Amino acid sequence: MSEQNNATIVSEPLKAETRKFNFYYGDNHALKNVDLPVAERMVTALIGPSGCGKSTLLRSFNRMHDLYPGNRYEGEIRLYPDDVNLVSPAVDPIEIRMRISMVFQKPNPFPKTIFENVAYGLMVRGEKRRSVLEEKVEEALRGAALWEEVKDRLDDLAFNLSGGQQQRLCIARALAADPEIILFDEPTSALDPIATASIEELIAEIKEKVTILIVTHNMQQAARISDYTAFMYLGELVEFGRTDELFVRPRKKQTEDYITGRFG
Amino acid sequence: MSDAMTATETGGSPSSLYLDRIRTMRHVRNGKERVIEAILFVAAFCAVAVTVAIVAILLYEASTFFAHVSLVEFLTGTEWTPLFERASYGMLPLLVGTVVTSFIAFVVAGPLGFLIAMYLSEFAPPKLAEVLKPFLELLAGVPTIVYGYFALLFVTPLLQKIIPGLPGFNMLSAGLVMGLMIVPYVASVAEDAMRAVPMALREGSYAMGATRFQTAMWVVLPASFSGVMAAFVLGISRAVGETMIVAIAAGQQPNFTFDPREPAATITAYIVQVAMGDLPHGSIGYQSIFAVGLVLVVITLVFNLIGQMLRRRIREVY
Ligand SMILES: Nc1ncnc2c1ncn2[C@@H]1O[C@H](COP(=O)(O)OP(=O)(O)OP(=O)(O)O)[C@@H](O)[C@H]1O
Ligand SMILES: [Mg+2]
Repeated sequence: MSEQNNATIVSEPLKAETRKFNFYYGDNHALKNVDLPVAERMVTALIGPSGCGKSTLLRSFNRMHDLYPGNRYEGEIRLYPDDVNLVSPAVDPIEIRMRISMVFQKPNPFPKTIFENVAYGLMVRGEKRRSVLEEKVEEALRGAALWEEVKDRLDDLAFNLSGGQQQRLCIARALAADPEIILFDEPTSALDPIATASIEELIAEIKEKVTILIVTHNMQQAARISDYTAFMYLGELVEFGRTDELFVRPRKKQTEDYITGRFG
Repeated sequence: MSDAMTATETGGSPSSLYLDRIRTMRHVRNGKERVIEAILFVAAFCAVAVTVAIVAILLYEASTFFAHVSLVEFLTGTEWTPLFERASYGMLPLLVGTVVTSFIAFVVAGPLGFLIAMYLSEFAPPKLAEVLKPFLELLAGVPTIVYGYFALLFVTPLLQKIIPGLPGFNMLSAGLVMGLMIVPYVASVAEDAMRAVPMALREGSYAMGATRFQTAMWVVLPASFSGVMAAFVLGISRAVGETMIVAIAAGQQPNFTFDPREPAATITAYIVQVAMGDLPHGSIGYQSIFAVGLVLVVITLVFNLIGQMLRRRIREVY
């Protein structure tokens, strides 16, 4: 693997970059020397077979692994423009999570109202002014293409929304925190095709403002929505490239086998 | 199962070598399952039958009591003097004794049980939680008579130092110790409810930059709210039914007062007292224990039903 090349493939400024990044679940060496550049305000897709470490890598970006004992990061994930190593123990994971939001595989709205769900990130930051919250919630819901559907029922419990609406609510929740990056872990795998299409549309809009890193099992989806794609296998980043190139002319045999469905 | 059978029969798939065997085994299998079903049904039926029988006996025995004492006098009277020449059977003193001691117990056990549950489920390192939980269970296994003497011989003298003139028997001491007794119970039911909150919800909260405390209060608590309420209600129900502690430490003298410093008998304390032989069998006084027992059963039944309903609610949400 030619390590230096990955970053030079990207023509835009970098928002983040992993360097010789390793991750361990206890003794399980789940990520090996990953060098992944993340282009600013672009969509970077992580693809690869089940268990190859996509979620592990994604969850390293917002220090989710800190929540469980025995996990260990090694190497760097640099966040730009301030150029900090966000997995360094000296960096506060809470600050990182306020800058880097996440949308999960299964919609996970809180047992609260629609309004409170979206306002959650602001409330966590100590924002209490009703007018500010209202403004931000509306903006985020509009950003997540959910405003028209829920504007008259903001005080309803979020559980009452459909699966697709719940996922858009989770996106609104992430957006309301004004994140620099949003991490998506297979955000449409629990949704039907119509809801999936609306989430994909949304991602295309959001990327105007926010850098996006997305894990997907769906190759068509990666091809449709991403600008850059990273193919992972057994904890390693096998190939990174512009999406239009990687899917048409993969450089590695493994990548080709995977994207043509001839895997394993 | 029978669906699958019909499918194979009509489909007539020749590929399975076991098909004949499966077919001949069918009635054996069904027979076996019917037997197991029957055993389980009898077991479940016994539990229900015992409950019904208890209530029926109480009703029957109480009816002879109510033949002599009017329901209105029983429920609204403020004098409970079955031993007097001119006995009166107003159960409010007993009821108030039960309410006051249970309330004190709840004031102790509610907050304490909640905090312990929250700590064990959300804050304690898993290893520490594993060490602490057996201690709680140990506390729950202490015979209540031990708690009773603990209240009478340790807590009351201690309280007497703080509250001068406190009688040797008082509801305060009994209620406090009863609270301690139900803490493990409240804590364990509430902790179960909190643990049942899916990790995905907590992760959602942490991912927004929330602290452990914010996550516990704003996400885990509302998500487990009905379970925590269930823990409270079931805890109160236990306090209402608790006998030994109050009989030993609160005294056995019916006393119509809300003042926790006073001695007073509870419903349960009265029942033990009579059952131990202060009144001749068959007398109205003796029959009165079935009447108050009925009240006790109704109260705890209502609390338990509410508690179980709340508990079931959390299962349904996730
Ligand atoms: N909590 C954990 N403890 C130990 N090992 C884990 C843990 N979570 C994941 N792993 C292991 O780490 C490896 C990578 O898992 P990861 O969840 O990142 O894969 P993935 O690419 O996201 O797979 P999928 O597509 O199925 O979601 C797997 O071998 C997995 O078994
Ligand atoms: Mg995954």
